[in-house]
Amino acid sequence: MPSFELNGRTYETDEDGYLINLADWNQDVAKYLAEGESVDMTESHWEVVNFLREYYEEYKIAPMIRILTKAIGKKLGKEKGNTKYLYDLYPGGPAKQACKIAGLPKPTGCV
Amino acid sequence: MADVNYEIPEIQDEIETPRLKEGASAHLGPYPAQEKHMAPLGFPAARVEDWQSKGVEKLGELLKKYRSLQVYLDICVKCGACADKCHYYLGTRDPHNMPVQRAELMRGVYRRYFTPAGKLLPGVVRAHDFDEETLKKWVTYFHQCSQCRRCSVFCPYGIDTAEISMAAREIMDSIGVGHKYTTEIVGKVHTIGNNLGIPQPALKGTLEFLEEDMLDTSGHEIRLPLDQPGAEVLLVAPSADFFSEPHIQSLMGYAKVFHQAGISFTISSYASEAANFGMFIGSFDQKRKIAARIAKQARELGVKRLVVGECGHAWRVAYSFWNTLAGPWDFLDPNYPVPQHICEFTYDLYKKGALVFDRDANDDKVVTFHDSCNVARATRMGDRPGGQMMIPRELIRATCNRFVEMDPDTIGEKTFCCGGGGGLLTDELMELRVKGAMPRVTALKRVMEDKEVNFLGLICAICKAQFSKILPIYGIPMETVGGVHQLVSNAIQLGAKRGIV
Repeated sequence: MPSFELNGRTYETDEDGYLINLADWNQDVAKYLAEGESVDMTESHWEVVNFLREYYEEYKIAPMIRILTKAIGKKLGKEKGNTKYLYDLYPGGPAKQACKIAGLPKPTGCV
Repeated sequence: MADVNYEIPEIQDEIETPRLKEGASAHLGPYPAQEKHMAPLGFPAARVEDWQSKGVEKLGELLKKYRSLQVYLDICVKCGACADKCHYYLGTRDPHNMPVQRAELMRGVYRRYFTPAGKLLPGVVRAHDFDEETLKKWVTYFHQCSQCRRCSVFCPYGIDTAEISMAAREIMDSIGVGHKYTTEIVGKVHTIGNNLGIPQPALKGTLEFLEEDMLDTSGHEIRLPLDQPGAEVLLVAPSADFFSEPHIQSLMGYAKVFHQAGISFTISSYASEAANFGMFIGSFDQKRKIAARIAKQARELGVKRLVVGECGHAWRVAYSFWNTLAGPWDFLDPNYPVPQHICEFTYDLYKKGALVFDRDANDDKVVTFHDSCNVARATRMGDRPGGQMMIPRELIRATCNRFVEMDPDTIGEKTFCCGGGGGLLTDELMELRVKGAMPRVTALKRVMEDKEVNFLGLICAICKAQFSKILPIYGIPMETVGGVHQLVSNAIQLGAKRGIV
């Protein structure tokens, strides 16, 4: 099983570096995962990550992008409630890259 | 985005047959399935000790079960007609991706254990053991076939390489050598009801969100009912339609059609998946179990009709196999096709005058259509031969003013796979997917440059996901990709003359 070490702890991941255990996640882990994705975490990045975690907590799946953009738009203003804004933050795709940093499992299917 | 450490094919004016490069894609293999993926499907958790004899035994079993497989292994005369027809060969240059060479990986084993000459003089008839090296090649190259069946169109004997690759995957699963992506997804259908693993509360929330969204944008109360007993139609869509862009645009298109026609329908959370990856792994048993969920729900909800959403291989399974897998469907209304494709459904309503389209609504688009491999080569729509090609095009023409065809050698039954079909739509195979998309991208770029095409109409969830990801790598915007029912959604006149006339 692939893993990485951080602050003296070992974290298990899947082959693509997604955390195996949701509960392992903390802000340091998120920063570490973001670094691996060349994403510099700003306040705006955290907004997305926090929303993803809250949604997952309730529904056990990541939200579809449209739900995410609407939530971001509500919170940060309409001009930010769109897919482009999300891709600017997470060029690797909000569904996959942001999920990874948020410690969520990788969405798989026909996506 | 991760750095690309491979060469992206340069797009030429025409699709060119490349020079061979031995082993060019030998490094591209799928992630292996683990115990947690294999065990729930009844496959050995890990590679079994006597895998060689067990694998050969399984091949023998399949030869008896599927006479077609034996014919395909016996009959090839190495004429070479298929050699340059596979998108993965054209994109990777690896000779093992020539369909004849891919099949030869199984034929060599077949000759070794099942033909007198191969048993006695293996070297003379190019027979080889089912050994470590062969198994490695099987894992690699039978996961570089998207089972699109383009090669079979050109084979004078009609050899179906997809069936060979399905058999190979079935044999590998039976000895505990599985592919993570496909087995994990089949498992999710059994436990949650769909490929993506969307639980009922999340699905409910998503559909309600979309209803609200449609109310905001259209001013009409368009429903996306879930688990509604007594509905006329059970709509079975690929679960990507509940999650991804541009998929959900088509889902909203379907909903608007039902709304406008005044036909009640429901989505089912238990059977919230049209896709059937049982086909990709060649497992009749898994295919049957997945199909059975739909039959069970159709009966329990008391629906009269089954309509299948935009999902290519799902339509193959539904149209060609559902009868055997989960029939009889004698409880459904015989006045309608059982099952019915959403394009058939919408087109039929349009012909009857129940729907009005405003083509101008899509005037920002010049549209072309990519035939999905499974739909084009393994199914039918409507009551005429070629209906599966004709009906989606008629729908596009009904909803758009400008429609353009791509190179005739790349459409209809000669269509190229998007590069992500057959259970290969997974990130570890990204290089293969990028390279395999080359033929389609070549034809698309041609019409984008010559005819100002800016929209690629699709009727498959895999095609939509694959092209959304791959086209930007070739410098084509992601927004180029969309569903046929996305066009319907834009053009449909709500409230114009509601109900069936």
